[in-house]
Amino acid sequence: MELTRRDAVSALTALGASVAVAGCSDAAPTAQQPDRDADVDADVDADTELRETMVAAAEVVYPDEVTGIDTFVNTFLDSRLAGDRHAASVADAVAAVNDRAKSWYDDRFAALDADTRDSVLREMGADTAEPHRDGSTAEEVRYYVVNELLLALYSSPTGGELVGIENPQGHAGGTDSYQRGPPT
Amino acid sequence: MSGRPPAEDIETSAGATDRTPVADADVCIVGAGPAGALVADRLADAGHEVVVLEAGPRFDFDDRLARQEKAIRPTYSRPEVWDSDPERDAHGNSGPWFYPLNHARARGVGGSTLHWQGMVMRLHEGDFNSKSERGVGTDWPIDYADLRPYYAAAEQELGVAGGDNPFAPPREEPRPMPAFPPSYSDSLFADACDELGIAMHPVPNARNSEVYDGRSQCVGYGTCQPVCPSGAKYDGTVHIESAEEKGATVIDRAAVQRLAHDADRITAATYATPDGEYRQEADAFVLAAGGVEIPRLLLLSESEQYPEGLANSSGAVGRFFMDHLFAGMGGTLDEPTRQNHVGFLTSESHQFYDDADAEFAPFKLEFFNYAGPSPVEMALTGDDWGNDLLDRLRDGYGTHIAMGGLVEQLPREDSYIGLDESTTDNHGNPVPDVHWNVGDRALRTIERANEIQRSILDELGVDIEWTAGPDSTGPAYHHMGTTRMGDDPADSVVDAECRTHDLDNCWIASSSVFPTGGAMNPTLTIAALALRVADAVDAAV
Ligand SMILES: Cc1cc2nc3c(=O)[nH]c(=O)nc-3n(C[C@H](O)[C@H](O)[C@H](O)COP(=O)(O)OP(=O)(O)OC[C@H]3O[C@@H](n4cnc5c(N)ncnc54)[C@H](O)[C@@H]3O)c2cc1C
Ligand code: SF4
Repeated sequence: MELTRRDAVSALTALGASVAVAGCSDAAPTAQQPDRDADVDADVDADTELRETMVAAAEVVYPDEVTGIDTFVNTFLDSRLAGDRHAASVADAVAAVNDRAKSWYDDRFAALDADTRDSVLREMGADTAEPHRDGSTAEEVRYYVVNELLLALYSSPTGGELVGIENPQGHAGGTDSYQRGPPT
Repeated sequence: MSGRPPAEDIETSAGATDRTPVADADVCIVGAGPAGALVADRLADAGHEVVVLEAGPRFDFDDRLARQEKAIRPTYSRPEVWDSDPERDAHGNSGPWFYPLNHARARGVGGSTLHWQGMVMRLHEGDFNSKSERGVGTDWPIDYADLRPYYAAAEQELGVAGGDNPFAPPREEPRPMPAFPPSYSDSLFADACDELGIAMHPVPNARNSEVYDGRSQCVGYGTCQPVCPSGAKYDGTVHIESAEEKGATVIDRAAVQRLAHDADRITAATYATPDGEYRQEADAFVLAAGGVEIPRLLLLSESEQYPEGLANSSGAVGRFFMDHLFAGMGGTLDEPTRQNHVGFLTSESHQFYDDADAEFAPFKLEFFNYAGPSPVEMALTGDDWGNDLLDRLRDGYGTHIAMGGLVEQLPREDSYIGLDESTTDNHGNPVPDVHWNVGDRALRTIERANEIQRSILDELGVDIEWTAGPDSTGPAYHHMGTTRMGDDPADSVVDAECRTHDLDNCWIASSSVFPTGGAMNPTLTIAALALRVADAVDAAV
């Protein structure tokens, strides 16, 4: 199932307190592109590495049926990396994943094949760890990498549809779908 | 604002820039939940100098989407969604029944309605006359007819979407917005209920089914409880903002510590802020700090004149603590049930409500739209990902179905809010002790509600997997009875106008004044009483 920008950016979130919205999923997404300042090469590299690592992790934690992951994850990250605290924590968790990949498999996480990437995450304990913001490396990877990506997918319409709910919790999908019966 | 701003990046909002007292205040209101907000708005509109003191912070509306992440991710507890502070909000629990107080309230401008579900029903006529009509409990000193115009006004203020209910008390005009249409899952219940002769009707919601009062219509985020990012669900911030536009002053992080008084008047509220402690004087005081903190503040304000606590000549302050009890049942069907698209209910039944007598309490039945797990929340727990996770989600989501219901509990002397002297809060005050106790009538009624729920689910062909019965029930988070209303100063705290018997210039706007609770969620009645209190204060100052 194809992930679209609509999945990554809840168009309705732009609504202010006084704005009425009828057709919620048609409005244009408004995500900002990150400010890629050519002078700050190191930052660009860090940002690129973070994004490619998150996309590579998404390819592991998302089911095979999902396509369009690159754009989806990048658009989602635009809204997640705009501030300071969360962005720094995601960067730390991503760095930990890359460190493991490099020391055990001699390459950056994104350069490994999918099975090896899956192994890296499991060998780090991110599968069984509780998600914690301020915990062990495994717990932080679970929170900032694995659950971050799963939150993005399963609160989006496409992620919901995979499970049979086109308006999943967290998505402003309007008030029609709850009235509708299952697709025939 | 776009995408999903991270919960972690929420900044504590600065709130008020000046927390010093307001000179020449006519009215000081303690608490900025819906009750305090409505009183403030009405009185500011009438031209009074109004100041509202709120213990918690002011939350930024634009952060609600980020707070929604806290509601979905398992890492955050429910109280964390609205920044509950373990020291500020500490409490005791000495009663035979455990009470999770900080799941049952939110603290800050908007109060617990930041977190609430938003079902808003009028009490039935019999609820006001429990003793004379049902032979148990006590009668209110006012009737449904006294509150009827205020109920209508409250429905306008909150913005209520609702439709016909053949069992509800008489009303003069429709609710301001059309009801939300029934859900697909309601239609599954409808066949079974038809077969059993049980009528379903719409749930009145303080939630916009269309644009109302400049606020968005519901857009289907599905996280109403504990946070509505669109503002379609009413909360107390609506009337706080309106009151401020009319000139009221609202001071956040202003926790009232004591009510200074002489024999028959409150003279000042002393309050602690991050900038120091202040003293707010006013001609009239309205206590709107909720059914736990109002009795606590009165007990803390004891004096030589009132050694058992302020306004407590009757000894009833803190006594008769009541909540509604939950009765529920659910399981799975062998077909899709389409749950968790929205976070509110569309159908209920009051058919059995007025059968109440001494033996059985009034109760209402609810048809759930959010039975079973939400896929995104399931996805964030477990040891799997990829295809295995998707398989688990497909297995776990889709066929759940459930019913709920609320049951009245009677007022009892041994169910009360006291002071827990062994623990102090962030200001060094003894914390509230929730000593909750429930009697047999409520427990019998839960069984009765369960029987009806079972008959409906059996008729539907549900494989029943869980029951919230007498042994596993819990509270609905409605804090009632702790400053009860009555004509006799010997056994009640406030009179029929919600003014304390002991103090001439002190009114209470809260479900704490309810002598009995009925089985309806309380906030519409709180709002109606708050508007009535505003009229009384307006006439008095
Ligand atoms: C999860 C949940 C779901 C609910 N669902 C429903 C529902 O569907 N329908 C319904 O009718 N009701 C519902 N309720 C109950 C509803 O939220 C309350 O009835 C309502 O908010 C009470 O309004 P209030 O203004 O009296 O008190 P509150 O909303 O509790 O506000 C009191 C305010 O006073 C402040 N305060 C306390 N002490 C002090 C002090 N010493 N100094 C200054 N300020 C102080 C508090 O910080 C708080 O902000 C629900 C509640 C919860 C928690
Ligand atoms: S379902 Fe409606 S009321 Fe509930 S959170 Fe979403 S927009 Fe708000």
